[in-house]
Amino acid sequence: MATLKDAAFGKEVKVKRIVGEGPVRRRLMDMGITKGCTIVVNKTAPLGDPLEVTVRGYELSLRKSEASLIEIE
Amino acid sequence: MDGGLKMRTIALAGNPNSGKTTVFNKLTGSSQRVGNWPGVTIDRKEGRIKGVEDTVLVDLPGIYSLSPYSPEEIVSRDYIVNEKPDLILNVVDASNLERNLYLTVQLLEMGTPVVMILNMMDLAAAKGISISAANLGRMLGCTVVETTASKGTGIDDVKKALATASKVEPIPQRFEPSVEDAIAKAEEGIRSDLRPELRRWAAIKVIERDEKASEYVREGFDAEPIIKALEDEYDDSSESIITDQRYNSICDTVSGCLNAPVDRNRETFSDKVDRYVTNKWLGLPIFVAVMYGVYYLAVQTIGTMGTDWVNDVFFGEWVLPAARDWLANAGVNEALSGFVVEGLIGGVGAVLGFLPQMLVMFLLLAILEEIGYMSRIAFVMDRIFRRFGLSGKSFIPVMVGMGCGVPGVMASRTIESDRDRRITAMTTTFIPCSAKLPIIALIAGALFGGSAAIALSSYLIGILCILMSGIILKKWKSFVGEPSPFIMELPPYHLPSVMNMVMSVLQRGWAFVKKAGTFILVACALVWVLSSFNWSLEMVDADASMLASIGNAIGFIFAPLGFGDWQFTVATVTGLLAKENVVGTLGVLFGFAEVSEAGEEFWTLLAGMITPLAGFSFLLFNLICAPCFAAIGAMHRELGTWKATAFGVGYQCLLAYAVSVIVYQFGLVALYGTVEPVGIIMAVIALAALVFLLIAKDPFGTIKSKVEAVTA
Repeated sequence: MATLKDAAFGKEVKVKRIVGEGPVRRRLMDMGITKGCTIVVNKTAPLGDPLEVTVRGYELSLRKSEASLIEIE
Repeated sequence: MDGGLKMRTIALAGNPNSGKTTVFNKLTGSSQRVGNWPGVTIDRKEGRIKGVEDTVLVDLPGIYSLSPYSPEEIVSRDYIVNEKPDLILNVVDASNLERNLYLTVQLLEMGTPVVMILNMMDLAAAKGISISAANLGRMLGCTVVETTASKGTGIDDVKKALATASKVEPIPQRFEPSVEDAIAKAEEGIRSDLRPELRRWAAIKVIERDEKASEYVREGFDAEPIIKALEDEYDDSSESIITDQRYNSICDTVSGCLNAPVDRNRETFSDKVDRYVTNKWLGLPIFVAVMYGVYYLAVQTIGTMGTDWVNDVFFGEWVLPAARDWLANAGVNEALSGFVVEGLIGGVGAVLGFLPQMLVMFLLLAILEEIGYMSRIAFVMDRIFRRFGLSGKSFIPVMVGMGCGVPGVMASRTIESDRDRRITAMTTTFIPCSAKLPIIALIAGALFGGSAAIALSSYLIGILCILMSGIILKKWKSFVGEPSPFIMELPPYHLPSVMNMVMSVLQRGWAFVKKAGTFILVACALVWVLSSFNWSLEMVDADASMLASIGNAIGFIFAPLGFGDWQFTVATVTGLLAKENVVGTLGVLFGFAEVSEAGEEFWTLLAGMITPLAGFSFLLFNLICAPCFAAIGAMHRELGTWKATAFGVGYQCLLAYAVSVIVYQFGLVALYGTVEPVGIIMAVIALAALVFLLIAKDPFGTIKSKVEAVTA
């Protein structure tokens, strides 16, 4: 299953679902990462983690471990 | 207020970075009062709105949602439910509409009338976003006012809207029919004594399986079948279904109020800046340069110059002599005069002397925060600090702590995760602050021929202690849990608002002054009395005082560390007042009335009294153990309770003891071939305990008693 962790930079991807449960999943969804929304991964931080993504028109940073919870189409 | 008039309370709510602070400052001006929310160390700000009679504006914490997962969100939610504000003023970033409306929708669910401030209209325009405020208000069922608060545009309209705001009935959001159906069914199970406007909200909470929802459900009602049926239909958890529904309704709202479609591929100013600032190659060098700039201004130049001036000129030349003369002229006896001048004014003055340095540091931190660079620091540094159980934001306090532990500890406030913030507040002072430099200079000069390796190793050991503590404290019961997520907005860069920064610096500075006037005052008085009187309450020199006899009595504790003589014990204790005292106290106890900062006068005496190894051990203990009272006061402010503060200080002292005993005892064996039977056993146990704590997955509960035995 492809996740946001593996998404190519600069390419728009569509969220299929978010796995896991509890605060992390809830925080991701509160920040606007929900089923069907589009995300672009812009880049990684200088040391390779975390990622910077654009979602719903703003910039969000999240770790690769959190990105791997987001399944994409 | 007199009985006839009821004050109207208005709650200010909004996302972080939505310009909420600017709006609050513009509306309330200087009428602000800052305290803490009950039970949590989150600022609670209140103020009167200029030009709107009989209203109190309560600033809720900046939040993204009302989920019950962070203290900020719980505080906000409890406030709205329990304190029933008359109106919610919701600040929304117009340039980031969808995510900001998520909170709006949740606020509307709670049934309190909402006036929306559509802020940052200038940024939105720059991004090519054009919103019809009238349509937005109609679709959500609330009044909408357009503002650009940073330029003051629209603030008068906000006041007008507040003055005239009649009760607007929020239009309940419409979710998909089967979800609405489930909500309606759950609403039947809500207790009848709940306020009517909260019934729909409570029903949604029940569907979300919110932990606190059970208190709204009447006895005997089981919502589980309703939730289960909904989850089966959507093949998802009920919490996610509701979140999806909210965002779907927001998308409909947004597309209904946008005047033109938005081009999301347009490159913004922030994108351009971030091409360099968070660049793969330039990100770290830029970060180092910015940090050096902060350090240079606060520690090397302006800040320290201000602090030296306050200490040497303001207190040293003006206040202290004036107070002494005044008391002498008033015929006050010498003991009382000494108590007031040296004990109280001198002690508190030593602490207040840090104020200029802290103000500079707070100003610089406020600028970094305001322009949006702070979150980039966390973004760049997260990878390194995560390895040790902390997050990218923990780096800033450590940096600041090299100058002074007090602003260092206070800088931990910028860390969102409660756990990381508390651990950082407890460990920041391990890095040698500028007041500890004289101790390093004394030991290096008197015992090591001025070797630079002593200073270098002090910093290395300090950093090592912080990183080790990150690993160890994460295993302690109140800190255990999932690693805190790092899901953080990178807000657009913007120019700092002068008013916001001045307010923030003054509020933080005042909090420190208040602390100096209470807690630190009492501590100073106590140490002065102990070091000036003997047990018959006769005024004596320090070496015959109660403190000296206490030093003699507890000196044995430090014997395994190589410095059991009472002078060193007393110097360590007075170091609690201010670490500068350590060298000065040793000077007094060795019979020198005045010593230079690094105590050159008694270097030879010291060298004859204690071995270099014991001296190094003394240095280590003083670097790592409890910081000065001012820093302990700052820790208390960040940690919230005396219990947590005592835990932090206790941990610092235990670690200091363990590190010193390991270095001294193993050093004895390695350098002199001497074995102290009791000491070496303690050192072995301390080392084993430390290694075990670092390696073991769940060391507490089982090893706890053993650790205490080692160091007791």
